[in-house]
Amino acid sequence: MVSPAHFVALAVILFVIGGVGVLVRRNALVIFMCVELMLNAVNLAFVAFARLHGALDGQVIAFFVMVVAAAEVVVGLAILTSIYRSRRSASVDDASLLRY
Amino acid sequence: MTGSLAGALAPSATVVTSLPAAGVQRAAWLLLALPLAGAVILLLGGKRTNSWGHLLGVAMPVAAFCYGVVALVAMLGYPAGRGQRSRDLTLFTWIDVGRFHVTIGLLLDPLSICFVLLITGVGSLIHIFAVGYMSHDPERRRFFGYMNLFLASMLLLVLADNYLGLYAGWEGVGLASYLLIGFWQYKPTAATAAKKAFIANRVGDAGLSLAIMLMFARFGSVSFTGVFSAVGGASQGTVTAIGLLLLLGACGKSAQLPLQSWLLDAMEGPTPVSALIHAATMVTAGVYLIVRSGPIFDLSPGARLAVAIVGAATLLFGAIIGCAKDDIKKALAGSTMSQIGYMMLAAGLGPAGYVFAIAHLLAHGFFKAGMFLGAGSVKHEMNDEVDMRRFGGLAAVMPVTFVTFGFGYLAIIGIPPFSGFFTKDPIIEAAFDKGGTSGALLGTAALLGAGITAFYMTRLMFMTFAGERRWHDTAHPHEAPPVMTSPMVVLAIGSLLAGGFLIIDNRLLNFLAPLVGTPPTSHGIFTPYGLIALALAVAGVGLAWALYGRREVPVTAPAGSPVTVAARKDLYGDAVNESLLMRPGQWLTRLSVYFDNRGVDGLVNTVAATLGGTSGRLRHLQSGFVRSYALSMFVGAVLLVGALLLVRL
Repeated sequence: MVSPAHFVALAVILFVIGGVGVLVRRNALVIFMCVELMLNAVNLAFVAFARLHGALDGQVIAFFVMVVAAAEVVVGLAILTSIYRSRRSASVDDASLLRY
Repeated sequence: MTGSLAGALAPSATVVTSLPAAGVQRAAWLLLALPLAGAVILLLGGKRTNSWGHLLGVAMPVAAFCYGVVALVAMLGYPAGRGQRSRDLTLFTWIDVGRFHVTIGLLLDPLSICFVLLITGVGSLIHIFAVGYMSHDPERRRFFGYMNLFLASMLLLVLADNYLGLYAGWEGVGLASYLLIGFWQYKPTAATAAKKAFIANRVGDAGLSLAIMLMFARFGSVSFTGVFSAVGGASQGTVTAIGLLLLLGACGKSAQLPLQSWLLDAMEGPTPVSALIHAATMVTAGVYLIVRSGPIFDLSPGARLAVAIVGAATLLFGAIIGCAKDDIKKALAGSTMSQIGYMMLAAGLGPAGYVFAIAHLLAHGFFKAGMFLGAGSVKHEMNDEVDMRRFGGLAAVMPVTFVTFGFGYLAIIGIPPFSGFFTKDPIIEAAFDKGGTSGALLGTAALLGAGITAFYMTRLMFMTFAGERRWHDTAHPHEAPPVMTSPMVVLAIGSLLAGGFLIIDNRLLNFLAPLVGTPPTSHGIFTPYGLIALALAVAGVGLAWALYGRREVPVTAPAGSPVTVAARKDLYGDAVNESLLMRPGQWLTRLSVYFDNRGVDGLVNTVAATLGGTSGRLRHLQSGFVRSYALSMFVGAVLLVGALLLVRL
C-alpha cells in the first residue's frame, strides 16, 4: 500500500534533486527554481508527518513555508532582474565582485 | 674634681610617661610655626620678598630660639623626678583609620629641649652668617626659604611624640638637604651631589619606615609611649629587627657606614648649609633617633652592639679620609663623619653613654659649626677657592677667623679646657668600661681616632693659616665683615665653654638622667684613658707639625702612599657602592628593558602577527562565488545533522 514512508522518500528525492541543482547550475533562475523545489519537498514531508501523527501542526507549518517562499521569490526575482539589467548576464559566477 | 653618683639607677631607666603641657609650654607649636611661616612666605612670595627676605629668614630662627629659652626656663621650674619634665602637647589628629591612630603632638622633655636650643641657637647664628656670605647671590631669598624649611622639619623631627611625626620631619630634612646641596643647580656637580645625598638618605629612610611598620604591626601603635610600653612583650627577633632597622635609618641620615658616601659630596652646597645641616643638626638626627629609642635597644643587646661597632668603624673611617683631603670643606666633612662616629659609639654603649653622646653632640654643634663658618669665611675671601694647597699664611690677614677657627680646632682635638676634652674623654672611658674584648676594641678605636683627629686637624690648620702664602694672583683676602665674624665669635666662645659647662658638676647628666638613665660608673675629669687620649692628641699635633708645619707644602698634591691614594678616593666608598649597587642596578635595568622589548613586546607582537597571518589565509575563503558559499552551507548543514543523529544514537 501507499504509506507515509513513500511520501517522505519522495520528499527526500525531490530535496536532493533540488539541492544538487542549487549547487551545480549556473543560471540564477534555475537556482531559484531548485530552491522552490527544495521548499516544496519540505512541505510534502511536513504534510506526510502531520498525517502520520494525526495532528494538523505540519499542515500549518506548510502554509507558513508557502508564504515565505512567495515573499522570497518576489525579492529574489527583483534582485535578479536588477542584476541582469546592469550586467546583461544571469550567471551567478559572473557576480563575484565581493571577494578578497 | 671627682663626682660620685650615689645610688645609680638601673640601666633601663628610660622614662615613658609624660604629662600634658601646661602654661607657656602650651605655645610650643610656635617652634614649628615660625620657621614654617618664614619658609612659606619666602618661597611663595617670590621676587617681591627679595629685599627683606633675608631679614625675615633670620628673624624666624631667632624668635624660635627665644621661645626655646622660655620653654627651657619653664621646664627647669618643674621638679626633676621621673616624668615630671616630660610634657606632651597634642596638636591635632593626623590619621585615624581603624586601629591606626596617629596624632601630631610635641614632646617637650630634657632631650628634645637640648636639641631645640642647639638647632635654633646655632641655626640663628648661621642664618646671620649667611646674610653676609650670600650677599652677592641673587637667589638669597630662596636660600633663606629653604633654610627655614629645614629648621621647621628638624624641629618637628626632635619634638614629635611619635615615630610617624619623627619620620615626617626626617623626610623634610632630607628634602631640605637636597634642595640646599643643589642650591646652585646650574652646577652639574652640585645637582649630582644633591641626588646622591637624597638617594643615600632614602636607603636609610627605607630602614626607618620598615621599623615603623614593624612597630605598628607588632605593637599597634607608633607613639613613643605606646611602643616603649609594649616593647617588653615582643619577641627578641622583633626587637632586634626594629633596632637594626632604626640603625639603618640613622646610618643614612648621619652618614655612617655603610651609607657614608654622600657627606663629602654634600660640600657642594653653600658653606652655611654645610655648617648647619651637615655638621650641627641634620647629621645628628641619627644619634637622636638612637637615644630616643633607648627602650628598644635596652632589650636588644645585639642591635646595641651593632650601633657601637658602626660608630667605631665610622670614627676611624672618617678620620682616615680627613687626613688626605686637600679641600678644606671635605676635610671638615670627614671630621664630622668621624665625630658622629664617636656619638654613635657612645649611644651604642647604652645608658652608660647616652648622656655623653648628647654632650658631645651639643659641643660638636658649636665647634664644628664654628669651623665650617671659618672655612666659609676663608673661602669667601679667597674667591671661592677651597684647595688648602692654595692657602697658607692666612692667620696674619684674617686674625678673627684664625682665632675663632683655632678655638674650634682646640676643642675638637680635646685640649683642656676646651669643649672636646670634656665631652670626648667620657666616651672613651665608657667604651673601656664596657669590658671584655668588645669594650677594649671599641675603646682602642676611640683612642686611635683621637690621635688621628689631632693629626689631620693640625694639618688643616698649618696648611690654611700658617706657612708660605701659596695664593693665586687674583686673591686679596682680608678679614670678613662683622655680620660674618660675630656668629663665629659666639660659636668660638661656645667651643671653649660648652663642654665644661655640660660636664663639670654633672650638669647635663643630672638634667638628662631621669630620661635616659645614669651611667653605672662615674669617673672624674682627669682619668687615665683621658690622659692617654691627650698624649695621643699631642703626638698627632707633633707629627702634623713635622710634616706640614716645618716643611713646605707643595702646591700640587704629591703622589702619596697607597693609604693616601685610598683616602683621597674616600677609602673607595664610591667604588664599593658602584660595584655592589650601581652596576647590578644597571644590569637589572638593562635586563628589564631587554625583557620588555623582546619578551613582553615580542609576545604582543607575536599575537598580532599570528592573527594577521591567520586572517590573511582565511580571507581566501571569500571568493565571491555564490556556488562555493552554497557548498559551504551545505557541508555545514550535513555536519549539523550528522551531529544531531550521533547525539540521538
